[in-house]
Amino acid sequence: MCDTCGCNITDGNRYLVSPGGRLAQTEDGRAAVTVLKSLLDENDHQALHNRAHFDARGILAINLMSSPGAGKTALLEATIDALGDPRRMVVIEGDLETENDAARIRAKGVEAIQIATGSACHLDAHMVHDALHRLDLEGVELVFIENVGNLVCPASFDLGQHLNVTLLSVTEGDDKPAKYPVMFRAADLMLLTKTDLLAVLDDFDTVKAEQALRLVGSAAPVLYASPRKGAGVDQWLAWIEGELIAQRARIEAGTTRRPAVQAGGARLHATEPARGEHGHAHSHGAEHGHAHTHTHSHEHRHAEGRVHAHAHTHAHSHGHDHAHGHAHTHGDPLEHPHSHDHDHDHEHAAEVKP
Amino acid sequence: MHELSVCQALVQQLEDVSAANGRGAVELVRLRIGPLSGVEAALLRRAFPLASAGTVAAGAELVITAAPIVVHCNECGASSEAASNRMLCGACNSFRVRMVSGDEMLLESVELAVVHAAPAEML
Repeated sequence: MCDTCGCNITDGNRYLVSPGGRLAQTEDGRAAVTVLKSLLDENDHQALHNRAHFDARGILAINLMSSPGAGKTALLEATIDALGDPRRMVVIEGDLETENDAARIRAKGVEAIQIATGSACHLDAHMVHDALHRLDLEGVELVFIENVGNLVCPASFDLGQHLNVTLLSVTEGDDKPAKYPVMFRAADLMLLTKTDLLAVLDDFDTVKAEQALRLVGSAAPVLYASPRKGAGVDQWLAWIEGELIAQRARIEAGTTRRPAVQAGGARLHATEPARGEHGHAHSHGAEHGHAHTHTHSHEHRHAEGRVHAHAHTHAHSHGHDHAHGHAHTHGDPLEHPHSHDHDHDHEHAAEVKP
Repeated sequence: MHELSVCQALVQQLEDVSAANGRGAVELVRLRIGPLSGVEAALLRRAFPLASAGTVAAGAELVITAAPIVVHCNECGASSEAASNRMLCGACNSFRVRMVSGDEMLLESVELAVVHAAPAEML
C-alpha cells in the first residue's frame, strides 16, 4: 500500500505525517486511523480500469465538457462527417433526461449510448463502465464521452478518459475560465465554439479568453471552431489525429495518459482498492514512461477578424507522466508573424509513480 | 451539487476504515479540501448527515481543513499562495508555476470508538 513507500505523500500534505504532525498522534479513547486517500478513491479506481480497458483495445477516449448548449453534440456531428468512416468512433452521451443527443449521433450512423443521469449533474466512472459494456468496440479507435452540460461538477470525476476537451461558446463570455477555474484547469484543449458569431458580438475578446485560461494555470492549446458552419473542423480533426498517433505510440510503449488535471487525489494514486478484501493486482507501470508525437494546428483570429492558421509537429519521449501544453504569446495581436512560446511544463515530481 | 455523491463515497470509505480497524463507530472525520477541488466545504457539511444516516459514521463530527492554493515557481523557485483564477508566482509574477496544494479532496484521518473485546469467559 502507499503508506509503505510514501508515494502518497506530496509537498502539500507532508507536514501531516512529519514527526510531531497531527496524524502521528493518537487521541485518548479513540483509535486514530490515517487514511490520506482521495474522497473519490472508489471512482478513481474504476476510472483506472476503464482506461486500461481503452488502452487494451487501442482506443483513445476523449471527454467533452462545457455548459449546456455550447455545441458538444454539434461538434460530434461535424466530427463524424469529417472522420469519414462512422465505424471509427462511438459516443457515450450524458444528460439528465431524453435520448435526443444519442438519436442525433445515431442518425449519422454512429453507435451511441445515452446515459440518463436523472438528476445527477455529472457522469462518473461507474456509469461510463456500464455504458462501455453495452457498446460494440470492435475496430473502434475513438470513444467520445459527452458529459452532462455543466461547468462545475464533471471536472471532479475521472472517467478513464485520456483527454479532456472543454468547449466555450463565444456567447458565454470571455471570462468563463476565470469564473470556473476547476473546469478550465482540467482541459487538455480549450475549444472556442460558435466563432461565426464573433462578427456580431462586441463583447467577446478571444485574446482575453486565452489569457484567462493561462491565469488559471493552464498551458492547454486553444482552437477555434464553428462546427455547424464547418469552420475550424479541419484543425480540430488534425488535433484528434495527432492525439491518435500519440495514443498509438503510448500503447506501443506500454504507457498511458491521464487528463490534464484531476481534483483531489490525482497525485495520490491508490494502488489498492478501498475495500481490503477485494484483491485486484494493478500494474501502475502502465502509467510510467511516455513517448508521443503531436501535430498541433492553431487558427488565430485577431481582433479585427483576420484569421491565420499554422500547424507544427513535435515529438518527445519522457520517463514520466507529465502535463504539457503550449502557450502562445501574442505581442501586438495585429502584427504578423507573431512569436510562439512553446512551453513544456513537466511536472515530474508530482506525477511519479512507483 | 455533486457534494452528495462525494459524501456517499466518503461514507463508503468510512465503512471500510471501520471494518478494517475493529468495527468501532466513526466519531471524528478529518478532511482537507482545497478551493480547486471542485467541492464546497459548506455543502459537504450539509450533505454528510444525510449520507451517513444509518451507517457506522452516523453522528460523526466532520472537521474540514481548508487547504490554501500554493504554487511553486519554476522560474524563481519561490513558493507562494495564489488565487484560483490568478495562478501566478507571488514573488516574480511568472505564470510558469506548479501547484503544490489547492486541489485536495482528501480524507486525512478517522477516529473510531475503541471496541473492547468481550472477555474470553463470556464467549
